[in-house]
Amino acid sequence: MAKKLGQQTIVLDRQPVILSGAGIVGKKEGDGPLARYFDNIIDDEYAGEKTFEAAESRIMKDAYIKALEKSGKSATDISLILSGDLLNQCTAASYAFRDVNTPYMGLFGACSTMSESLAIAAMLIDGGSVDYAVCAASSHFCSAERQFRFPLEYGNQRTPTSQWTVTGAGAVILGKDGQGPKITCVTPGMILDEGIKDSNNMGAAMAPAACDTIMKHLRDTGRTVDDLDMILTGDLGKFGSEMLRDLLLRNNIDLKNKHKDCGMMIYDLETQNVDCGGSGCGCSAVVFSTYILDMFMQGIIKRLLFIATGALLSPTRIQQGETIPGIAHAVLVEA
Amino acid sequence: MIEEKAPGSHILRDVFAAFVTGGAICSVGQIIMLIFEQFGADKETTAAATSIIMVFLGAFLTGINIYDDIAKFGGAGASVPITGFSNSIVSPAMEFKKEGYVMGVGAKMFLIAGPVLVYGIFASVIAGLVYFIWKQVM
Repeated sequence: MAKKLGQQTIVLDRQPVILSGAGIVGKKEGDGPLARYFDNIIDDEYAGEKTFEAAESRIMKDAYIKALEKSGKSATDISLILSGDLLNQCTAASYAFRDVNTPYMGLFGACSTMSESLAIAAMLIDGGSVDYAVCAASSHFCSAERQFRFPLEYGNQRTPTSQWTVTGAGAVILGKDGQGPKITCVTPGMILDEGIKDSNNMGAAMAPAACDTIMKHLRDTGRTVDDLDMILTGDLGKFGSEMLRDLLLRNNIDLKNKHKDCGMMIYDLETQNVDCGGSGCGCSAVVFSTYILDMFMQGIIKRLLFIATGALLSPTRIQQGETIPGIAHAVLVEA
Repeated sequence: MIEEKAPGSHILRDVFAAFVTGGAICSVGQIIMLIFEQFGADKETTAAATSIIMVFLGAFLTGINIYDDIAKFGGAGASVPITGFSNSIVSPAMEFKKEGYVMGVGAKMFLIAGPVLVYGIFASVIAGLVYFIWKQVM
């Protein structure tokens, strides 16, 4: 059984195993530095569907099918799908899984959904209620733009702190046994709101939450940055990452060269015109499900703290003058 | 901390790009105007015809996915002229076609231009009233 460690961390005795992962991305992500790790790169932003929303569901389902195939399990082995996305009412996920005949629970953690789903699934497996689970998250540049910003063809300029929503879906199969890296600890995050109002600066809104979760995790486990091979945040982007580094330094924690951010890894920030980097549920989901799992397979990293970060905003609340609450959930993955 | 650290816009570059883009769009308008005048159209016809052609050009360039690239470079230089107004109506109309012609195109077409119209018309009514009262008094 799991036991609570310190204020916020849960140590998992059964250590659920990440059996496999798969990531499918769009063309822009396929032009980025991680291209060779992705399972499929779709050139058509509609992915053969009629709408962007349907396209997002399509790539999410494809990522799930691919991950299942790689895990050697069949759909009937899966006890639960935990998945989410950015669209209103989480429809990318629910429409993706409407015909797979597997119990499903939708999650919303904005861009933190991937580590949220991993954390919940790991705890359920540890508790013995679930044998094998699917954790998945997706985002699509076009469906996100039309929901959160402007029509695609509307002529406007992006601010320098803005980030580019990743078109991509990542899925991971988590199980009670098997071969692969294990989830050994979970640190669920608290909501932190430092009063950022600019929805084009979500890195700054999420950095305090990431800082808090990292500090709590290190304190609860009694570890230091040196004990970890990598600290991987979801989509803080360039500016948010700088903020995280500063905030942690104020608390006497030096990230050294251990910190990486999925939002900065998925694109080439110099040439791809993405300002501060990538964002969206799909960003951390595809990077974790492909490149990071590959690093574990190659033995390059052995202990990783994965903290996907979310900005829990809606256009309505921002228009009403509200600030942006941030959240970050951490899972410790060990070889 | 956030304000001082956040990367800012390149003001000089942006202003220059807006000047060049806006200037280019207005020059095209001026050329069209001169052509009409050349053919002997009166002032009112020339102005109306030029506006119509510029609105068409804005809509056309939006439809073939070019106007957003012009605006990405030119910023306000592309959104202030009448072509930008055209872009702000055509782009949501294109985008929301998937939701149908009534609740999609019809309802969302003025998503961006709506406020401009509301306050533009409101301001012109106020200006008209002031002008009317001024004339009565003087």
